[in-house]
Amino acid sequence: MSVVPIQPILILGATSAIARSTAASLAAQGHALYLAARDTDELRRIAADLEIRFGIPVKHGAFDATDIETHHQFLQHVVADIGDISGVVVAIGYLGDQQVAQLDGAETQAIIARNFTGVVSILMESANYFEAQGSGFIIGITSVAGDRGRQSNYTYGASKGALSLYLQGLRNRLANSGVRVITVKPGFVDTAMTYGKEGTALVASPGSVGNRIARAIHGRSDVVYIPWFWRYIMLVIRNIPEFVFKRLKL
Amino acid sequence: MLRPERFAQLVPPSDSVIARGQGRSYGDAALNSEGDVILSERINRFISFDEATGLLRAEAGATLADVLAVFVPRGWFLPVTPGTKYCSLGGCLAADVHGKNHHHNGTLSAHVREIELVLADGSRERCSPDSNTSLFWATMGGMGLTGIITEIAFQLIPITSARIAVQHCKARNLETALDLLADIDHDDQYTVAWIDCLSSGEHLGRSVLITGHHATPDELGSVHGDRLLIRQRRQLGLPVDFPAWVLNFHTVRAFNHVYYARQGSRSQFVTDYDSFFYPLDAISNWNRMYGKPGFVQYQFVLPTDGAKEGMRVALELLAASKKPSFLAVLKRFGSEGSGYLSFPMNGYTLALDIPLSRELPQLLDRLDEIVLHCGGRVYLAKDARLKRGVFETMYPRFADWMRVRDRVDPNKRFSSDLSRRLGM
Repeated sequence: MSVVPIQPILILGATSAIARSTAASLAAQGHALYLAARDTDELRRIAADLEIRFGIPVKHGAFDATDIETHHQFLQHVVADIGDISGVVVAIGYLGDQQVAQLDGAETQAIIARNFTGVVSILMESANYFEAQGSGFIIGITSVAGDRGRQSNYTYGASKGALSLYLQGLRNRLANSGVRVITVKPGFVDTAMTYGKEGTALVASPGSVGNRIARAIHGRSDVVYIPWFWRYIMLVIRNIPEFVFKRLKL
Repeated sequence: MLRPERFAQLVPPSDSVIARGQGRSYGDAALNSEGDVILSERINRFISFDEATGLLRAEAGATLADVLAVFVPRGWFLPVTPGTKYCSLGGCLAADVHGKNHHHNGTLSAHVREIELVLADGSRERCSPDSNTSLFWATMGGMGLTGIITEIAFQLIPITSARIAVQHCKARNLETALDLLADIDHDDQYTVAWIDCLSSGEHLGRSVLITGHHATPDELGSVHGDRLLIRQRRQLGLPVDFPAWVLNFHTVRAFNHVYYARQGSRSQFVTDYDSFFYPLDAISNWNRMYGKPGFVQYQFVLPTDGAKEGMRVALELLAASKKPSFLAVLKRFGSEGSGYLSFPMNGYTLALDIPLSRELPQLLDRLDEIVLHCGGRVYLAKDARLKRGVFETMYPRFADWMRVRDRVDPNKRFSSDLSRRLGM
């Protein structure tokens, strides 16, 4: 089976469960894909699977968010390999361990580098690429954890919150350049990040999240909470007065 | 319970682990109360497919439903399929599943070209019917105890439509049913019989013979659109457990009367593959109709010699016990395969599911005796209560299997509640 592929899309952090299901939904729409992450054996498997299931071309290559010097060249390499891309989905994320991060500066730096500074670097390259092209979209997957700092994961939350702010600024800059910037904020998703952890509720399947992300390309929302009700949960959480919030065990 | 998302993580995490696909074994094959369970469900990618030959290489967590959804529209079907499509490829090979075509095509393992296993020491090993054969045949039907199956290359079969041409035929009693199952004039690619386990006397074992094959374009008549597409069923769910009394002797007998009369008089028709192979998959949690106590699956095979007498004794026992088996399937098996612990052997098999009750264990023990007496065996994938000595007698190649097991996993790192119960 083969379909005429449309508009290649670059997916970064492509080995995560959310990225994998997003890739499947985009492939089902007929998009060619370029998958990038550190684990190239895993990428090869995901790429082969998507090619077989959806009959679209899927290329893949190594990408390390924290290896910032390589990012400019990486994007050029992707375009040389698969042609002009119509969008990028950044699904890079590292929850880390908050308990460790409180004692170990290296863990704190790793969380910030992998969720924020590294991602910002490739977002900058992508923004310039799409701005020059005069079209395209950027989807950044952040987290509801970035909407308010809480003791259980504030290093992760801060880096994701910072990423949300960066995307907001990028959206403002590119609003008149024909480039869409979409911030995706998932709640709990049934992935390795949450599996077996206590205190998770309202857990969404990766499939439903991937589907929603792929649909966001054709929608008009700038900020997408997945599932939708997290928008209202976070509205409530953001509005709890700080003098109350600081005493909560969250 | 671990659930890796990366291929490289599908390795034994501790000194006692069993791999679990979709958890569709009826017994304790994928339970490990004294160790870890590693779920393969996220390791489910297709790795390669040869459009010319139909050879598919996939990761073990892929389900039969995944394979069908992708490959039926391209004209390929599973070479062998059990009665549910919601099971993983790895699980299917660990149980060496059979289907309605066993008498022609053997078990699923007969269509496997190669597998990759992660062994107890963490190493990866490939084996096939041509190389490393003892490990291969110890793994086919080996209930996950030789290692974690990670990749499978197997052969799909070509089809020209997604529909099955079906024929029903009444068999007024057990003897007729067994004769029809062995009659080449009544045979087809897929042949089974629905059997009424509550009728007795001259109607003991009355059945409806169900035969079918992948329909050819001219058998389809006026099917509109793509012959390889079928309408996707909406899966229904039972919201609650039925009260335990719903399936009792009287309701099941009434159902059996209606089924025999109506289904037995349908002659030839065409249906989609889902309805033919996976009727129970239409209800996501059909087990709930047995109510809170649940049910026990029991499937045995009797060798052809003496099968008629053995089946008659077994059915008389069942009918007299008035334990209703809501779904009972009778089938003729072809030759025994090469898997040391594969279930099928040349003969007749009967699959039952019986609501759990206080008297049931005794009844099943007596059935075990009949099976042993006839030289038959019980299917491990459905078993939760077989005893150690009985198992060893039923599976004469167990000693050969143990030799391979001792070589690849001397410390029994791969173990399950089933393996401890049966002394494997």
